[in-house]
Amino acid sequence: MKIVVCIKQVPDTKGGVQFNPDGTLNRAAMLSIMNPDDKAGLEAALELKDQYGAEVTVVTMGLPKADEVLREALAMGADHGILVTDRVLGGADTWATSQTIAGALRNLEYDLIITGRQAIDGDTAQVGPQISEHLGIPVISYAQKIVGIEDGYITVERQFDDRYHVLKAKMPCLITALAELDTPRYMTPGGIFDAYDADITVWGRNDLKDVDDSNLGLKGSPTQIAKASDKVRKGAGEKVTLDTAESVDYIMDKLKEKHVI
Amino acid sequence: MTQNMEEYKGVFIFAQQVDNKLDNIAFELIGKAKELAADLQTEVAAVLLGSGVKDLCDELAAYGADKVILVDDPELKEYRTEPYAHALASVIGEFKPEIMLVGATAIGRDLGPRVSARVHTGLTADCTKLEIGDFPLNPMPGKEQKHNQLLMTRPAFGGNTIATIACPDFRPQMATVRPGVMQKQDKVEGAKANVVEFNPGFTPNDKYVEILEIVKNAKTTADIMDAKILVSGGRGVGSAENFKLLDDLAAVLGGTVSCSRAVVDAGWKAKDLQVGQTGKTVRPNLYFAIGISGAIQHLAGMEESDIIIAINKDENAPIFDVADYGIVGDLNKIVPALTEKLKAELA
Repeated sequence: MKIVVCIKQVPDTKGGVQFNPDGTLNRAAMLSIMNPDDKAGLEAALELKDQYGAEVTVVTMGLPKADEVLREALAMGADHGILVTDRVLGGADTWATSQTIAGALRNLEYDLIITGRQAIDGDTAQVGPQISEHLGIPVISYAQKIVGIEDGYITVERQFDDRYHVLKAKMPCLITALAELDTPRYMTPGGIFDAYDADITVWGRNDLKDVDDSNLGLKGSPTQIAKASDKVRKGAGEKVTLDTAESVDYIMDKLKEKHVI
Repeated sequence: MTQNMEEYKGVFIFAQQVDNKLDNIAFELIGKAKELAADLQTEVAAVLLGSGVKDLCDELAAYGADKVILVDDPELKEYRTEPYAHALASVIGEFKPEIMLVGATAIGRDLGPRVSARVHTGLTADCTKLEIGDFPLNPMPGKEQKHNQLLMTRPAFGGNTIATIACPDFRPQMATVRPGVMQKQDKVEGAKANVVEFNPGFTPNDKYVEILEIVKNAKTTADIMDAKILVSGGRGVGSAENFKLLDDLAAVLGGTVSCSRAVVDAGWKAKDLQVGQTGKTVRPNLYFAIGISGAIQHLAGMEESDIIIAINKDENAPIFDVADYGIVGDLNKIVPALTEKLKAELA
């Protein structure tokens, strides 16, 4: 079985969020990590590898430094890493991004493609389903559990708000993983050493298969940004440190002042 | 691909139904679509997909839909990506809307990207504001300024940045819209829908997945998105049992208990009570944040609340950055004492 996992390098927003004095996000001070949903998807792929035997290839699109997340994936147990990077691919929206990745995936054999549900920087949850559409294969998004694989079909639990569906799809298919899907394993020390020296395949625009220039990069993006700004929060109100009785009186006063009670 | 942009008219919304019951998001989308349609001097059509759902059409009219486009087919009984994507993409191809709005629900966030990729247009995710305006916003030399464009505003980065996005060269302009943000119109009782039936035909292929089983989670409480007062707990509450303190406070205030993601991850509360980026967006009159540190993903889901009161023992917790009233202290002492005081006061 051949599994391809699509991963993205994103700024870390968990724990170490840094703000500028004006309340906006200080991106420069934040670390880069493998997107959490993608990492859960990678873990799911590695568990399928343990269980059924599989060749796991990780693909990322990004700046040259995105090879860091590929090496992390290799250290966790992935077999091959492919970096898709090219100046002409920059500025892509989800349409152009999914076209790019689909163009890369057409060079590969796959029975299963796994992407994270969404990246913590963009939060769109669009690229996975759009890749599946370009490749003409079924998609199961919001996968919370892979039940099993049998006779060329995969069975997956797909989460909705108040329910989940147990779905059976013909492979090849694409699933998008929730962070809850799996708890990622740690890299092994030997894996880290090997990954540091591992060959990463680097593809540019000319390596993409069956994609027109008009669908790539900023120029191939149907959506365009009219305005972007860091959100300025409304700012903190009062903060008090009082004993229990005083704290209660303080809250009571505010509830009365605001006519809640 | 060249589209004749002039052919595309009308503001369409996807009227999500589950178990043949319309979701609130359908009415919220109609409410916003009416405003957009007024600016564009066009009409609002609700696209209703399902099996045996014809009797829902009048309800869509009651909330303001000028027209209902109905695709009623047994293949659409339960939500599945492919038949729904085929139906909606076919409706777009046939009726050519200039705007197509879809709820940013678990269904809409699956359906939207699949459809936008099929019809080759842009899709802006999780919008919190929609308006008609010019693109670019201000005239730029060497670039045509287009009028009557849909300007779609959305938070990204866990709510820390805001972007306004346009889709000037492709139609329809598509957006998924976050539930709970747009206002529905008052219901007009007795309204009759102008129904247009349409069926593109369904031929199952490999993209049609099979539903083996549907498992419903026990519905724990009322929808937190409708609550006027939310008593929300985080990791600091310490255990599932200790949420009793919050239950008691909520009971005396007539409020509802909600929680942060950490609480769901710990298994203390069900997912449908989760506030935040990966949970629900709420804007109650009063939001108690108790033992919630305030990760930005949480703040994104609650910072529009009218009044925020935070209780946390860590004086540096980010929740205090958005709280109107912050109390640094032990929730285990303050919350029960507050409940008692309120009981006495309201008795």
